Amino acid sequence: MRRVRAMNSTADLLKCEDLTKKFGKDTALDNISFSLDPGHIVGLLGPNGAGKTTLIKMAAGLLTPTSGAILIDGDAPGVYSKGIVSYLPERTYLNESMTPDQTIKFFSDFYEDFDPERAGEMMESLNVNRTKPVKNLSKGTKEKLQLILVMSRKARLYLLDEPIGGVDPAARDYILNTILQNYEEDATVIISTHLIADVEQILDEVLFLQDGKLILQESVDTIREERGLSVDETFREVFRC
Amino acid sequence: MKWQIDSDRPVYKQLIEQTEQAIVSGIFSPGERLPSVRDLAAEAGVNPNTMQRALAELERSGILYSQRTSGRFITDDEEMIDKLRYQKAEEDARTFFDNMKKLDLSADEIARLLRAIFEEDKDEKSASNE
Repeated sequence: MRRVRAMNSTADLLKCEDLTKKFGKDTALDNISFSLDPGHIVGLLGPNGAGKTTLIKMAAGLLTPTSGAILIDGDAPGVYSKGIVSYLPERTYLNESMTPDQTIKFFSDFYEDFDPERAGEMMESLNVNRTKPVKNLSKGTKEKLQLILVMSRKARLYLLDEPIGGVDPAARDYILNTILQNYEEDATVIISTHLIADVEQILDEVLFLQDGKLILQESVDTIREERGLSVDETFREVFRC
Repeated sequence: MKWQIDSDRPVYKQLIEQTEQAIVSGIFSPGERLPSVRDLAAEAGVNPNTMQRALAELERSGILYSQRTSGRFITDDEEMIDKLRYQKAEEDARTFFDNMKKLDLSADEIARLLRAIFEEDKDEKSASNE
């Protein structure tokens, strides 16, 4: 099965076709179509309630489309996609009574592509205490730990929902650098965030969502070239309240 | 080397300019092998694709060349580097000149000003050499 998949590797890594998600009467995502190639770092940007988390959760296979399709490497989210997608949720899901070291062990058992050595190195650099139970770690440290776990997998698609919101600026720099250095060359990273100014240097492409609609998919350099504005400034202009 | 990326201009253009600057100012020597795209990208804190694009452009202009197996190198054509140096100086001089015109300075005044700064710089250098 793996070998057949490998032939897919140059095709769209993530593809949405007329993707719609409704929660009761509310439309969270409204007829979205786009595709992403392997090897990019993509910013998923939009105001609160635009549908960013819903889109990420659908790619992670936690929500199913109301209509339309979402495909990961050609397949609907499922057993295969979960093996190649590394997902950082907005909320923590770690077992609070385990220590970081135990959590690493747990992840190594769980994911074939998990690299415990990489995780250990990152924990050292970010000063994560490895022997205290997770519940005794600060909010920022928990976030660091989660991101370390997610980035220590050799995945094809990383889905990072608000990865740097709670960490200090120094750790933020380190984390962004970690993302740059650790993503595989044919992997794609999707980062949803409000801290655009902090991440825009590492992005090569952005998706702007508003009210469940995709209003812009563009390369960062094209935005700068055509508008003479940073992505952050463009965001403020497009979504002016 | 130290990279400084501003927020309002295309990143790849800034990478091109700063790499050229590093070459003409001798931070990279002629014929020197460049670090990998990934390492350079990490150093500059930018996306590897963007760094790749910048280096590809520099390759097209001949300032860099790549050897299939051993990586990317700075050109050893010193004449070309000199030309680049002069080109950069001219660009900077034009910007400077435009700014002076905005301040309504005449060519004579600009020349006098430059000479004064030049002398000052010379004095400082000789003072620090003593």
